[in-house]
Amino acid sequence: MSDKKEALFSKKNKKLISDPLNLNNPVTIQVLGICSALAVTVQMDNAIVMSIAVLFVMVMGNLIVSLLRNLIPSKIKIIVQLVIVAALVIIVDQVLKAYVYDVSKSLSVFVGLIITNCIIMGRLEAYALGNKPWGSILDGVGNGLGYGLILVVVAFFKELFGSGSLTIPGLPKLEIFEWIGLYNIGYEDNGLMLLPPSSLILVAIYIWIQKKKTPSLIDENAN
Amino acid sequence: MSINKEGNAYTMIFAITMVVVVGGLLAFISSTLKPTQMENVKNEKMQNILQAIGIEETSTISRDEAGAIFNDYITKRIILDYDGNVISELSNEDPIMAAARKRADEKDAFNVDVRKYYNDLTGLMKKYPEGGAEYEAALKEEAITYPLFVCEKDGKEFYITYFSGKGLWDDIWGYISLQEDGRTINGSVFDHKGETPGLGSKITEAPFNDDFLGKVITTDEGEYRPIKVLKPGIKRKEYQVQGLSGATFTHVGVEEMMDRSLAVYNKYLKGRMASNTAPVINEMSDSNMVTDSSYQMVIDTNAVLAIK
Repeated sequence: MSDKKEALFSKKNKKLISDPLNLNNPVTIQVLGICSALAVTVQMDNAIVMSIAVLFVMVMGNLIVSLLRNLIPSKIKIIVQLVIVAALVIIVDQVLKAYVYDVSKSLSVFVGLIITNCIIMGRLEAYALGNKPWGSILDGVGNGLGYGLILVVVAFFKELFGSGSLTIPGLPKLEIFEWIGLYNIGYEDNGLMLLPPSSLILVAIYIWIQKKKTPSLIDENAN
Repeated sequence: MSINKEGNAYTMIFAITMVVVVGGLLAFISSTLKPTQMENVKNEKMQNILQAIGIEETSTISRDEAGAIFNDYITKRIILDYDGNVISELSNEDPIMAAARKRADEKDAFNVDVRKYYNDLTGLMKKYPEGGAEYEAALKEEAITYPLFVCEKDGKEFYITYFSGKGLWDDIWGYISLQEDGRTINGSVFDHKGETPGLGSKITEAPFNDDFLGKVITTDEGEYRPIKVLKPGIKRKEYQVQGLSGATFTHVGVEEMMDRSLAVYNKYLKGRMASNTAPVINEMSDSNMVTDSSYQMVIDTNAVLAIK
């Protein structure tokens, strides 16, 4: 325990949140959690709820593991992390089923698959197991937001060009392309945008733009 | 404290404590949320049935409202067997029962889980690909039944059928409501577990469902004729509906489940139509007939009074 009290939002702590959003994004830079980013991005509302679910599991998982970090026997640390994550995911799944039934129906198996989301296990192992609770919470928030950011951006383009509409929780379905009259001039929804391959293309474009904007990310040795 | 955290004993104790704590917590959460979850499933089914009727009052009903008004609209819940005979009939005065333990004991059509039944049915169809008497005996044995809901509204009756089948990836199921003539489709609701988003999944949306309205399941002579799902853009007859582009296998599934189930419902409805309109034509004696029809009259007036 350090005697010097650190400010809640010190520079170091702020970095914990801002880094995963860009410089160390779990999806585009660490290339973790790609599977669910491909699958649950057909509609905005699914992507948003999925992001919130992952955020919750990540923050709680990080917090619990960080609190127990001096108690967890190193021989079974992976199993302990797995049990904690699995329990949290089941709780999320049960709560969704009880209170947002429609969303839980459309997310179907993907909520359960949060357990296998590499970001979560990765952060527990890499950060929470060796750091204090508050930092772990911030780390979880940062990585959850970084994951959610990609999901929402990808879902925005997929839904807009695939279905011509946007679904945002709490609002009626926004039929954007119909309102601007794109269909009247002969536009048709792009079916490919609804399928998983288009997410890969979109994530790749995102990485391209991201690296163009932050040159420090480009690996000089790659050429 | 001097606990050896690398020792086996500590590891075991930690593991056991963790499992007990997590297990207890999950069991607690599961049992607290269960009633809400069951209510959701039940209300969704009621919502689907009400929406399928195809009348204005219930077409946009929300899931929460559906539970409250279900019994106002659905006056009878009937279970049919493979030949279209009535196994059990409940009215809206009977509360919705808890599901029976054994399928053969099920009395409430609301609890007939056609998706489960379909899985057993496919097993039987594989075992007896030729059909025939053995197959039908097996159907009886397995108690594969068909739920039918009757809605009475402004003196008109609607018959809501419920069936399930296989789409491209997973289960699909649907509700079709037939008008008082027992052959004209008045509304439909389809749903699916995992059809391709944007392609097969569109069977839940209005354009696909709207084309079912007014289509008929029998010829003018009263012979059963299955509904066909065509590719989009083809001119359609009164038993053909417009499909979705890029969803051929989902169509095949929709056609198959409708054909298989509506054939059974038609057997029952044909009998019901005959007894509703024409005087009873069978080997009953005249005196029997009189008592029979007067008995029916009494029930009808009672029903009318009850509704009022």
